[in-house]
Amino acid sequence: MHPAFSVVFFTTATGAGYGLLALLGVLAGIGAIPADFWLGLISMGLALGLIAAGLLSSTGHLGRPERAWRAFSQWRSSWLSREGVASVATFVPAGLFGMGWVLLGRTDGWVAVTGLLAAVGAVVTVSTTGMIYASLKPIAQWHSRFTLPAYLIFSAMTGSVLLNALLQGFAVGSKAMVAFSLLLTLVGWGWKLATWRYNGRLEIPTTANTATGLAGGTVRSLEWPHTEENYLLKEMGFRIARKHAAKLRQIIQLLAFALPVLLLVTAFVLPWPFAPVLSALAAVVQFVGMLVERWLFFAEAKHTVTLYYGR
Amino acid sequence: MTCLPTHTDKRLGLVIDLDTCVGCQACVTACKEWNTGGHMAPLTDIDPYGGNVDGVWFNRVHSYEHTTEMGGRTVNFPRSCLHCETPACVTVCPTGASYKRASDGIVLIDEDKCIGCKLCSWACPYGAREFDTDVGVMKKCTLCVDRIYNDNLAEEDRVPACVAACPTSARHFGDLGDPLSAVSQLVAERGGVDLMPEMGYHPTNKYLPPRAHTTHAASVTASALEPVRAEGGFLGWVDRMLSN
Repeated sequence: MHPAFSVVFFTTATGAGYGLLALLGVLAGIGAIPADFWLGLISMGLALGLIAAGLLSSTGHLGRPERAWRAFSQWRSSWLSREGVASVATFVPAGLFGMGWVLLGRTDGWVAVTGLLAAVGAVVTVSTTGMIYASLKPIAQWHSRFTLPAYLIFSAMTGSVLLNALLQGFAVGSKAMVAFSLLLTLVGWGWKLATWRYNGRLEIPTTANTATGLAGGTVRSLEWPHTEENYLLKEMGFRIARKHAAKLRQIIQLLAFALPVLLLVTAFVLPWPFAPVLSALAAVVQFVGMLVERWLFFAEAKHTVTLYYGR
Repeated sequence: MTCLPTHTDKRLGLVIDLDTCVGCQACVTACKEWNTGGHMAPLTDIDPYGGNVDGVWFNRVHSYEHTTEMGGRTVNFPRSCLHCETPACVTVCPTGASYKRASDGIVLIDEDKCIGCKLCSWACPYGAREFDTDVGVMKKCTLCVDRIYNDNLAEEDRVPACVAACPTSARHFGDLGDPLSAVSQLVAERGGVDLMPEMGYHPTNKYLPPRAHTTHAASVTASALEPVRAEGGFLGWVDRMLSN
């Protein structure tokens, strides 16, 4: 599948944004994070900023973005529509929570309730994003039980590493928060490795035989219907990254998981001012690594239409 | 609405005979000609005379080499929308632009509602939908909905353009929901198959597999060919004289 940068950035940014929002909502709500003005402003600003930037970016790959409002209508059948509804609905409790925290300087009472509701909204929205991909049968690498948990795990992972960096930056960090983000990064690493392993062993029942209805033997593409690449091949027949998959996987392991783990372990051991710098570095490196991960998620996915072209 | 109808009155579709298709591309060009002025017009071409030709087509004919223990053969394979019974391209649509008609089962796009998110083309395993980069919306086969019900056309012309154009009658149009229709009986007789049945989309269109290889070779051998170039010399002169 062609990895459109607008979509790669969208899912990575909103994943991190919703992960951060959910953790802020829960942890501030239960009083684990102080109701500090600047901490609230910066962290809620970052969470909502990532979400808004991601959602705006997603409209970038639409053919007719001026009609995007129509996408809220078909939530009964479409995961994309559900994602649209959930993402906008989540802004309501998130906005109230942010105002309560930043303007009123409190994270208790009704503010805590809106924080928890924002967290629920965040989890629902990320789940709908994951289901858009997990529900697509023609792409075996996506239509698997690994896809939905991956979106939730990576959202929690990037969100927790961001939150740890923020808390460290405001000198209200804790060993527990470092350990939590470290643990989630390890879980994410393990999940990605398990996904690659699963995809490597995938036995796809759809073949050139079933695609053409020609039973038995081999079906070899003799001639395409057209001489140049058409929409199908440009959108669904993307092959560049598959060639470099092994290298890209190493880059992902290094940037998204190994380096953040190393930096967070060091941050766990070293005191201020090292811990905040290392935590911030971990967040930035991991975000870049996750952009590569999402890019490869698209590029490695093989659509059944490529069978018609002998690819 | 992108929810699917629980029942369609008819199941209009195509039956494509892979035994008789000669890969002439007549259906492809007839489709393009009709539909670039039809329901989903235009079928935009990008850089049509340049080095990077691209454009929207509803029907594409591939050629394959099918090799079994019985030997190999070339199979020409027209590929277009199969108007599935459970088309995920419709249910994934976030705007309601894609829909399946309850009356005849035809899958259509309302171009005025399409936002061009391309998700429907990802959801189609068959590559039936093509994005028009110029207009910014998705396009697909309409089963010539503007021909088959068109009172301005003579009755025999009220079939999809691809069916009308086929010189070998490899394409048949009819109601596959009616077991007594000509197309249904053809499917039953020839063992018509679904493409990618394991996907569970339940395509309406059926493909008739090529007939089995015959074990009866031609029994009358052709006579040996005469040399094209006339022989020279005395024998050549005799040959020419006696041939007159």
